[in-house]
Amino acid sequence: MKQFIARRIGYSLLSLFLLSVTIFLFVRVTGDPMTLLVEPGARPEDIENMRHQFGLDQPLWVQYWLFVSSFFTGDLGQSFYYRTPVLELYFQRLPNSLLLAAVAMALSLVIGIPSGILAAVRVGGFWDGFGKTFALLGLSLPQFWVGLVLILFFSVYLGWLPSSGSGGIAHLLMPAFTLGWYFAAAHMRLTRSSMLEVLGSEYIKLARLKGLPEALVIGKHALKNALIPVITLAGINLVVMINVAVVVETVFAWPGIGRLLYEGVTFRDFPVVQCVVVIGGSMIILVNLLVDLLYAIIDPRIRLES
Amino acid sequence: MTVTTPPLDAAATAAAPAGRTYKLWRLNGFPLIPVLILLFIALVAIFADFLAPYDPQIGSLARRFRPPAWETGGSMAHLLGTDHVGRDVLSRLIFGARVSMIVGLTAVLVAGGIGTLLGIVSGYLGGWVDQVVMRVTDTWLALPALTFAIFLAAIVGPSEFNIIAILGGIYWTRYARVVRSEVLSLKQREFVRLAVVAGCSKSLIMRRHILPNVINSAVVLATLMLGVVIVTEASLSFLGVGVPPPKPAWGLMMADGKKGLMVGYWWLTVFPGICIMLMVLSANLLGDWLRVKLDPQLRQL
Repeated sequence: MKQFIARRIGYSLLSLFLLSVTIFLFVRVTGDPMTLLVEPGARPEDIENMRHQFGLDQPLWVQYWLFVSSFFTGDLGQSFYYRTPVLELYFQRLPNSLLLAAVAMALSLVIGIPSGILAAVRVGGFWDGFGKTFALLGLSLPQFWVGLVLILFFSVYLGWLPSSGSGGIAHLLMPAFTLGWYFAAAHMRLTRSSMLEVLGSEYIKLARLKGLPEALVIGKHALKNALIPVITLAGINLVVMINVAVVVETVFAWPGIGRLLYEGVTFRDFPVVQCVVVIGGSMIILVNLLVDLLYAIIDPRIRLES
Repeated sequence: MTVTTPPLDAAATAAAPAGRTYKLWRLNGFPLIPVLILLFIALVAIFADFLAPYDPQIGSLARRFRPPAWETGGSMAHLLGTDHVGRDVLSRLIFGARVSMIVGLTAVLVAGGIGTLLGIVSGYLGGWVDQVVMRVTDTWLALPALTFAIFLAAIVGPSEFNIIAILGGIYWTRYARVVRSEVLSLKQREFVRLAVVAGCSKSLIMRRHILPNVINSAVVLATLMLGVVIVTEASLSFLGVGVPPPKPAWGLMMADGKKGLMVGYWWLTVFPGICIMLMVLSANLLGDWLRVKLDPQLRQL
């Protein structure tokens, strides 16, 4: 067990290391990083000063060390546009992203789990076909298109919902649905396949043989086990949602992290872009680690296997 | 991250191995409409120069924001209307098909090439090579693809070539995973062992014996990835870090059209959106069908 935990943590550290090396190298290999780190139109002597200040005149491994240690001290640089530390900006926007992700996740589970169960209980039936179509659309339609069509219908024609910005629950509905649909499709598919697997197991047959009503067999006995993988995926996806909402947040002008990334790209504000990517990647690596460790604690088969 | 289950009839259709090649071309469940749509888009992309009534990049400000022909104020001169600088929407859609096809197909080829190569090498050689390749794959899989693509695009700047390189550089991981796991089981098969006994070099075995056996999976995955790649390209263009203007890319057209949405210029966003949707849906339906037909192992993907 200790060995498993140690190795799993080692893998995650390795992933974080690879992530930092990738970002570090890409910035330097593809051109002079000064063009990204200095505001456009800076004077040549200022650029030289900055080059020295950032240590870019030093050997590569020293530069890497400076790059990594700056993360540990929480110094991710200053935004060119807002003239404040990027970390401060990030934490200003984080609550909005969390709110959007939470509502989108709730929507995706409310849609995904029941439709997944219905599809599994009547394979090949109406709900199965409906669910398949719903999932296919959710995974195929570009989010920005779903978002724009929603705006066109609910804001422009009906005038029911505000098209952009943040505020009350009305502002949240369309972005949360747009973001949630994609994940609802994933949750629906997983619920269906996991439910089908559980329904084929011995203890369900026994429950049926005992003469339990079907609703109880499915709603109580099967559901409990079928939901375990779904809850796990939902946990990971919540973190993923925070980090991939850039398109949705741009369409609806929702002031979250994705919007911050978009602004960073548009204003050529490189420290902001780097900050969002580094924190996002680290977050996902950490949540994967957490899930693996929890699984190992709950299920001895996993830790014995490897 | 997504899990698909095999349709129930899959077991039944795969049961008769003798008639498999024959059955492949029969029309039961063959996604005819999606294939026709993809063919149509491909033809439009190839013959864009002959089909488009106007130059897609030049408009006249005198004719901006003309609605489609059937709306009041529209005319047959611009069937699907004009955009904010008076360019013909239909012509831009036609040339946009070319951009989507070129970027989509090349990016899938690049990703497939890198991923298949790494998957074969890592699966067959094993040892530290395998460890290194798989750790890198895991790390790249952990990164949110779109965010990472935006980051890369922000560094190298937007251009069609860069987008292809970025998409190829991001999506190879799935091929590497799938191909590697196939190679692991192929390695144990008789014909590979015999090749080793016969004295074939490692590179010859990988090229002549392993590669032909993983091509099926790679093709299925490529079809499924086509949709993902096209959506990502459109999203990048939509965010302004993809295909640079004034090139007519569908995602870019929607970004331009977004500004006119609130005043009711719906045709600028709805038409390119329908094009993207049709292409991606068709690619996904074809991919799903191929997966069930060609490669039972990928059904769990």
